[in-house]
Amino acid sequence: MTDDASTRLNGRDLTLSYDQRVISRDLAVRIPDNSFTVIVGPNACGKSTLLRALSRTLKPARGNVLLDGEVISSYPAKEVARRLGLLPQSSIAPDGIGVADLVARGRFPHQSFLRQWSQQDEAVVAEAMASTGVSALADRSVDELSGGQRQRVWLAMVLAQQTPLLLLDEPTTYLDIAHQMDMLDLCADLHAERGHTLVAVLHDLNHACRYATHLIVMQDGAIVAEGEPATIVTADLVEKVFGLPVRIIPDPETHTPMIVPVDRRGARREHD
Amino acid sequence: MSDTLAPASSATGSARPAPRGARAWRSPGGRISFLVRPRTLVVCLTLALVSALTLVVSVSVGDYGVPLSAVPAALMGFGERLDVFFVQGVRLPRALTAIGVGAALGIAGAVFQSLSRNALGSPDIIGFTSGAATGAVAAILILGAGRLVVSLGAIAGGMITAAVVYLLAMKNGVQGYRLVLVGIGVSAMLASVRDYLMTRADLTDALGAQIWMIGSLNSRGWAEAAAVWIGLAVLAPVIFAVGQRLRFLELGEDTARGLGVSAQSTQIIALAAASALTGAAIAVAGPIGFVALAAPQLARRLTRTGGTTLAGAALMGAALLVLADLVAMRLMAPTQLPVGVVTAVIGGSYLIWLLYTEWRGGRA
Repeated sequence: MTDDASTRLNGRDLTLSYDQRVISRDLAVRIPDNSFTVIVGPNACGKSTLLRALSRTLKPARGNVLLDGEVISSYPAKEVARRLGLLPQSSIAPDGIGVADLVARGRFPHQSFLRQWSQQDEAVVAEAMASTGVSALADRSVDELSGGQRQRVWLAMVLAQQTPLLLLDEPTTYLDIAHQMDMLDLCADLHAERGHTLVAVLHDLNHACRYATHLIVMQDGAIVAEGEPATIVTADLVEKVFGLPVRIIPDPETHTPMIVPVDRRGARREHD
Repeated sequence: MSDTLAPASSATGSARPAPRGARAWRSPGGRISFLVRPRTLVVCLTLALVSALTLVVSVSVGDYGVPLSAVPAALMGFGERLDVFFVQGVRLPRALTAIGVGAALGIAGAVFQSLSRNALGSPDIIGFTSGAATGAVAAILILGAGRLVVSLGAIAGGMITAAVVYLLAMKNGVQGYRLVLVGIGVSAMLASVRDYLMTRADLTDALGAQIWMIGSLNSRGWAEAAAVWIGLAVLAPVIFAVGQRLRFLELGEDTARGLGVSAQSTQIIALAAASALTGAAIAVAGPIGFVALAAPQLARRLTRTGGTTLAGAALMGAALLVLADLVAMRLMAPTQLPVGVVTAVIGGSYLIWLLYTEWRGGRA
């Protein structure tokens, strides 16, 4: 099945739907290896749906998601979980669960009936908590943490899975601006220093342009542009996809494209 | 609470990666490794001890008292004939039935609460018990049936209701609150069916049905004890086998799937086994209330594991019911209360306490 153009994770001829409602038709998507891929697009464009298909939490109505050249659903569930980690949009921390308990859950794909808590499990969990900065919280209950801390704990759990691929569905949604940047910096470090391939769905275009090495822009279930943000993000593209007239200027910090909406307060009133 | 994010480097030294309150146990060479939770072990052993002691007291006290010193011999079948008759023939099977039914209800309650991610998601609340009661009442009033058919009616009623509630609550997976709400609705409808049947019944049958619906262990013998223990022996291992996966499902279905847990097969196996276990318990003792609701929550609070503890729920259910039955037998002796009355009083107070603390904690 493999050809030279294929990457570790890609989708072919995907038709994605919930019950009868089709979100995407004949979608082809490649996640470049070792990239920090960010999927953006307006609300209900199908970006989370695509991520769910890539993480096999949504079964495509037609077409296949390929992981390392094989159809993802042909692997045993635990085998996928050793290659691909997922941070879904909503996770639930059971009442009273401890931080270390939750992070330790990430070791499940590596455990067996007789091997439930190996030395390696312990070392990896310690490492995952250290790299997300939650080691000091190890004995706290997850209920007591702030939103930003909690999101880091969930990320630590996914890191404890030790997967080369990490899929994150809107990891910054419920966080304030400081914790959003904090989360994204952490993701960028994971990508740059540890060589994880990251795929994230993000709402904020400026964040996407700043952090993505590969940007996928979606509209109405289709991919309308993809590539390096500096090459593909233009005012025309943003206006076409989001229906918002913008100016694009270089981000003074990172020199990546920065999107500034055109001020149309006066113009609006004339049209009305 | 003012700190937000400790810098990664400074925190590394204090890392204590083992889950809270757990210790690692590893074989030399590390091929076999387990997490041991001393607190859970202590709680479980204590509960087992409480059940065992209550059993001894239960077989000894009564209108025909058997001194504690004579109990061991009577249990083995030696000693005075009357002692042996009461201890081995009458009181032991009843106490064993209580322990078995309590354990079954505890496990089943833990599964239902875990699946619905809701402390109220016990078989009492989600309609299973109500379905079983309706099945049994129909068997009593329409078929005029004996105990075996009543039991089968209860199991059939319970299973059908569970399937209906599950199907009605399912939409892209089972949502906990939907399971609870659909269950409450179905229970209300079933109650009206029971009420209608009652109005059509003659007085003796109606009385028999009414007594059955409270749930009782009066005059349960070896046949009932065997029935519930065989049910436990078959179904509990199935549930314990998917227990770990259930705890992962509590994190949300997508998260569980991401960790390599197949959601739907786990849900269906657990639901079917827990329904059958509830059915067995109800068939033997009638719909005893609140044990399935309270036991898993109490066990969870005592063990502080932040998740479902099946063994804890089983042992808590067993201890609760055998204690409640002792109270039911002796409180107004020689009049024997149905144990369902006692569990309803204990369980009702527990429910009020639960709702009160959850509301105060803002977590309801």
